[in-house]
Amino acid sequence: MTANDKGGLTARYFDLHEHDHPEGGSTMLGFWIYLMSDCLIFAMLFAAYGVLGGNYAAGPGPKDLFDLKLIALNTAMLLFSSITYGFAMLEMEKNKVGSTQMWLFITLLFGGAFLSIELYEFSHLIHEGAGPQRSAFLSAFFTLVGTHGLHVTFGSIWLITLMVQVARKGLIQSNKRRLMCLSLFWHFLDVIWIGVFTFVYLMGMLR
Amino acid sequence: MTSEPEHWTFLLGRLGPNAIPNEPIVWVTFAAVALGGVAVLGALTYFRLWGYLWKEWFTSVDHKKIGIMYMILGLIMFMRGFADAIMMRLQQVMAFGGSEGYLNSHHYDQIFTAHGVIMIFFAAMPFVTGIMNYVVPLQIGARDVSFPFLNNFSFWMTASGAVLVMISLFVGEFSPAGWLGYPPVSSFAYSPGVGVDYYIWALQIAGVGTTLSGINLVATIVKMRAPGMSWMKMPVFTWTSLCTNILIVATFPVLTAVLALLSLDRYVGTNFFTNDFGGSPMMYVNLIWIWGHPEVYILILPLFGVFSEVTSTFCGKRLFGYTSMVYATAAIMVLSYIVWLHHFFTMGAGASVNSFFGITTMIIAIPTGAKLFNWLFTMYRGRIRFELPMMWTVAFMLTFTVGGMTGVLLAVPPADFVLHNSLFLIAHFHNVIIGGVVFGTFAAINFWWPKAFGFRLDPFWGKVSFWCWTVGFWFAFMPLYVLGLMGVTRRMRVFDDPSLQIWFAIAGFGALLIAAGIGAMVLQYAVSIINRDKLRVDGDPWDARTLEWSTTSPPPEYNFAFTPVVHDLDAWAEMKKEGVQLPSEGFRPIHMPKNTGTGIILAGIATVCGFALIWHIWWLAAVSFVGMIGTAIFHTFNYNRDYHIPAETVAATEAERIRLAAAGA
Repeated sequence: MTANDKGGLTARYFDLHEHDHPEGGSTMLGFWIYLMSDCLIFAMLFAAYGVLGGNYAAGPGPKDLFDLKLIALNTAMLLFSSITYGFAMLEMEKNKVGSTQMWLFITLLFGGAFLSIELYEFSHLIHEGAGPQRSAFLSAFFTLVGTHGLHVTFGSIWLITLMVQVARKGLIQSNKRRLMCLSLFWHFLDVIWIGVFTFVYLMGMLR
Repeated sequence: MTSEPEHWTFLLGRLGPNAIPNEPIVWVTFAAVALGGVAVLGALTYFRLWGYLWKEWFTSVDHKKIGIMYMILGLIMFMRGFADAIMMRLQQVMAFGGSEGYLNSHHYDQIFTAHGVIMIFFAAMPFVTGIMNYVVPLQIGARDVSFPFLNNFSFWMTASGAVLVMISLFVGEFSPAGWLGYPPVSSFAYSPGVGVDYYIWALQIAGVGTTLSGINLVATIVKMRAPGMSWMKMPVFTWTSLCTNILIVATFPVLTAVLALLSLDRYVGTNFFTNDFGGSPMMYVNLIWIWGHPEVYILILPLFGVFSEVTSTFCGKRLFGYTSMVYATAAIMVLSYIVWLHHFFTMGAGASVNSFFGITTMIIAIPTGAKLFNWLFTMYRGRIRFELPMMWTVAFMLTFTVGGMTGVLLAVPPADFVLHNSLFLIAHFHNVIIGGVVFGTFAAINFWWPKAFGFRLDPFWGKVSFWCWTVGFWFAFMPLYVLGLMGVTRRMRVFDDPSLQIWFAIAGFGALLIAAGIGAMVLQYAVSIINRDKLRVDGDPWDARTLEWSTTSPPPEYNFAFTPVVHDLDAWAEMKKEGVQLPSEGFRPIHMPKNTGTGIILAGIATVCGFALIWHIWWLAAVSFVGMIGTAIFHTFNYNRDYHIPAETVAATEAERIRLAAAGA
């Protein structure tokens, strides 16, 4: 210790044997906060849908437009993708690169199926003259569902990126952290979709 | 669906020769900016400073340098916003007795919009973020923020938004729809030009930066406090910063969403805020104020923290009522969410709704009043030193109290029906924002400048600036209260009643005094930089109380050679009392993040993308958007982001500190 240190004061007021802080120690917290801010964007879109959802402007309403069987299939695709992502995370915990990658790929396929069905639904609606410009209800519908779809699209791009990174570097600590973040993101989108399915589609049929 | 104008081309979109404004005032400004810009760029090249700037500043992930860059950005944009203010004052003094003044209505509308947008988003926000960025990690005994790269990226996104606003001055036009861009005026039908699009994309791009920096600072404060610093041992400024950043994370997404909906209305032809097809313009007003009211608390809370630190430092006492200060801050944070409707009592929501929002608004005065009493009681029987930061703090207490009281007046719905959108309102919010945010920023600059640069600011020019500003403020805004009570509405360009002119003349005189104050402030910085050797200080020039003063001025890159351990509130004051010596041996290598250019590159591409979207240059928008995603992905393939400062370097830096301290003693 320092020569003029009175009774170990320096040791009391400074961490003299400090070690490196583990890298990425704040990442999960930071990502959670980000997800909550993203959740607020969806909250705004739900609120806009809640305000405008009944304003059909003499155009078609939910009962005329929604095909619940198709939406049920779509919902199943997204929910399955969440389960398979969960399997990927279990394999990641066992440090099995091959099976982790396999489940990630299956997740990607389910995500792709979800997006394809959504695009089909959108193009069908627009083809029928029920595009986002038709009424405030349809503006709010396309924006809410479309924003969710955009999130799934970016999640898929992110998923592909991580698969490449796992292939190159293996399941190193920072890749595991990234997979954890995407896992949160992917399940978050699932939760949002359950809100969309309930408030937009199911309750829309009751309007 | 919005249709393209006649002159739309694939290559340049709406951009054509008529994009250059037909305004002599703009030409002269452009000439001055261009000449000044060429001079600065030439000087940088001549003195070979580009490499230095790129390596040491633009790509730096050091929170201290990023904080300083935020302050510089804020100061530059503050000058621009003030130029707009002077132009409005001059117009309103002139436009009497049949005179049209010197600004046509379209130009005048852009000026008052630009003034509001710039002052809030590109002057006040960078000031606040800059101060928090610089001070918070030092105050909590950390070496950087949680996400240093994100911090650099956030700064450049804010700068990118500012660049778009500046481009709008010379290429095209800025929004004429007011600083919050209410539809239907801001809709494509009524504002088909590029002005509103500049507004939208400048705010969206800067908003990304603000949100990310909010997330970053919340994570930093929660995760990176020095050992022993429990919640109730956190300095008050860190507390107010935490609350502000929680507010940022919880409100800026709302702004992002509502502006996205407005842009969908403008770009895709949706019907969110239209008058027909079921849209609702009032929904926009509600949504944007759900962001907008917390925003003013985002601005003022950190400055409340600054005033607290300054008061306890310059009174030589522990802050009176620390606990109540923390709870008051948290209460304001929560209450700021449930008052938004007081901005439009006249919407017609009914007596019950208006009463609710009127009462919640008045309740905010209680925690704010508690804060004022805490500051006063800290001063009571303290050994007050009237240095510049303390002078600004006292000026704030007097000014802000008046502004707060007129705010309570406006919170009474029946009174608001008379005063809504009048100059009384303008006087009120300038009273609190200048008296609180601007004075607080100046207190903070005078307080922490010695920490950031190792020399203090010249007190003479600082005092000249102080008196010009404070006196000028009262001259400039008290007449607006009078005019507002007489029923003069905001945003008026010409006046019929000649008896009003004298009040505008007094306000114009006040604006000139403020201009003198700004001039003195610039002189203060210049004189201090020139005389810096005479103004040198050690690490703790004010005999202050928190951890940032325990390290050298300016602090080394790693802030603290050894992480401090906190045992009490006012950790540094306690260390001084106990006579703790800083460690002088046994240094260890320090783990630090590496600089990266990705932040500035991404923000540069974002600027291009924003410009392309504004001018409907679709190919460029698509290319730059893909470019941004690609650059971000490319960045994630770099795993090698940190390094160690060797123990020998740390030892050499600390030996120099010890040598200087010995020489000073």
